[in-house]
Amino acid sequence: MDYDKLLSRTVREVKFSGIRKFFDIASTVENVISLSVGEPDFKTPWAVRKEAIKTLEKGKTAYTANSGLIRLREVIAEYINRKVGVSYDPKSEIVVTVGGSEAIDCAFRAILNPGDEVIVVEPGFVCYCPLVSMAGGTPVVVETKPEDKFKLTPRALAEKITPKTKALVLPFPNNPTGAVMHRRELEEIADVIRDKDIFVISDEIYSELTYCDERHVSFAEIEGMRERTIMINGFSKAFSMTGWRMGYFAAPKPITTQMLKIHQYAIMCSPTTSQYAAITAMTECEEDVRRMRDEYNARRRFVVKGFNDMGLYCFEPEGAFYAFPCIKSTGLTSGEFCTRLLNSKKVAIVPGDAFGASGEGFVRVSYAYSLAHLNTALERIKEFLEELKING
Amino acid sequence: MKTLVDLLRENARLSNEQLASILGISSEMAAAQVKKLEEDGIIIGYSAIINEEKYDKNAVTALIELRVSPQVECGYDDVAKIIAQYDEVDTVQLMSGGFDLAVIIRGKSLRDIALFVSERLATLDGVLSTTTHFILQRYKEKGVNFSGEEADERSLVSP
Repeated sequence: MDYDKLLSRTVREVKFSGIRKFFDIASTVENVISLSVGEPDFKTPWAVRKEAIKTLEKGKTAYTANSGLIRLREVIAEYINRKVGVSYDPKSEIVVTVGGSEAIDCAFRAILNPGDEVIVVEPGFVCYCPLVSMAGGTPVVVETKPEDKFKLTPRALAEKITPKTKALVLPFPNNPTGAVMHRRELEEIADVIRDKDIFVISDEIYSELTYCDERHVSFAEIEGMRERTIMINGFSKAFSMTGWRMGYFAAPKPITTQMLKIHQYAIMCSPTTSQYAAITAMTECEEDVRRMRDEYNARRRFVVKGFNDMGLYCFEPEGAFYAFPCIKSTGLTSGEFCTRLLNSKKVAIVPGDAFGASGEGFVRVSYAYSLAHLNTALERIKEFLEELKING
Repeated sequence: MKTLVDLLRENARLSNEQLASILGISSEMAAAQVKKLEEDGIIIGYSAIINEEKYDKNAVTALIELRVSPQVECGYDDVAKIIAQYDEVDTVQLMSGGFDLAVIIRGKSLRDIALFVSERLATLDGVLSTTTHFILQRYKEKGVNFSGEEADERSLVSP
């Protein structure tokens, strides 16, 4: 069979992510110390695991409602209200998904007509552009810059808006840069789109992991923005529940009604065991979340200071669990830097350009590791830099 | 917010520089804080956590339960202080519940410990009875698992 001719052109044209390419290289090297993982190192809180076991013992394993258990949606609605003061109707405005990624996919497929443009912030998580393309839309990249602390500026956004712009993806706190947008900055973005029919897909999956004085601000709480915002969040990062595949979206009813059709036909419902566990996470694990955040924060300071002391400038990330140091002073590209570091010191970090062309000149360092692990890795990176200075 | 005490409790070998960068303060400040904690008697010492079985196969550790009749003026303090003076004694604690003092002793052999209990502890004024429990296997001490860290199950690289 001539597969190239037969398989979907749209899908064939989508590339595998640069992360996957780097994973393939890294897995050929033995005894690698990795700082490349985009998931928490903490175990899921015990109360959550126990609840899952309990419901399994009781045999609670049937399908749930398409949108998810009503109790879980009520708990999510209370949580959103408590955290950012926006209210959603658990019956019609919240849907539980298979991780945040599925929610993002549903959003694009529900809002895009062929040729619609979606403005995607880069550097950013790797799924937005491919999902836009596969939903028939056209991704339009807007780059954030180190001099703006990798925040989206109103001016950069305004330059990308055309009559075809259907939506903006706002991924803050940001993977890979760790950038956070504060209320005042979000208000400036809101002013640019206020009189236009543009949706905002606000990916707030790292909302529990911010380290600044101001609490996390959702785009939906900015005046007048709730009607156009599709809020994406989930349990993976906040509650260290990546493998449970639990996410959700919250949006006005006309939007969720369409999104729900996609979720209903493609997924049916999220895993039942995970849904019960998620109720416990949101109702009983505030203290676990606080403890993990404190631990990340200690590591964050340690890593950022470590890179700056080495002479690799690293702006202070205010959220998520990544540092994004600049490696331009070495004269190497991100790809060269990471490959050489991997081969000579067996430390794996991800080239910044895996998160968009604008990430070139930077590397993503995950600090979802113990302090001892981070210390060893930083020592090795320091050695690598010293050898680079001598040998070129 | 993690404190300097939290960090040293986990790893007493962190340097002042490392403590400083983790806490986001200057090295001088970290040094001053450590000094103050030592002077105030909050940090009273630093020690390594030893896997005794690996270090000396024959060494024995025992937990001794002591029932003691309290003295009029000083309660249990006098007896506890006398016991604490012996080099063999690792830990002395006053307990609630079925007995009064918990004493942890390290010795070269079972006989060593049995003799220490019968000759030094049981004979003390006020000690009513002793029960000796030998420690057979250690699994975790001061937050450290003896089996080492669990392997990282996560993928090497992920988005």
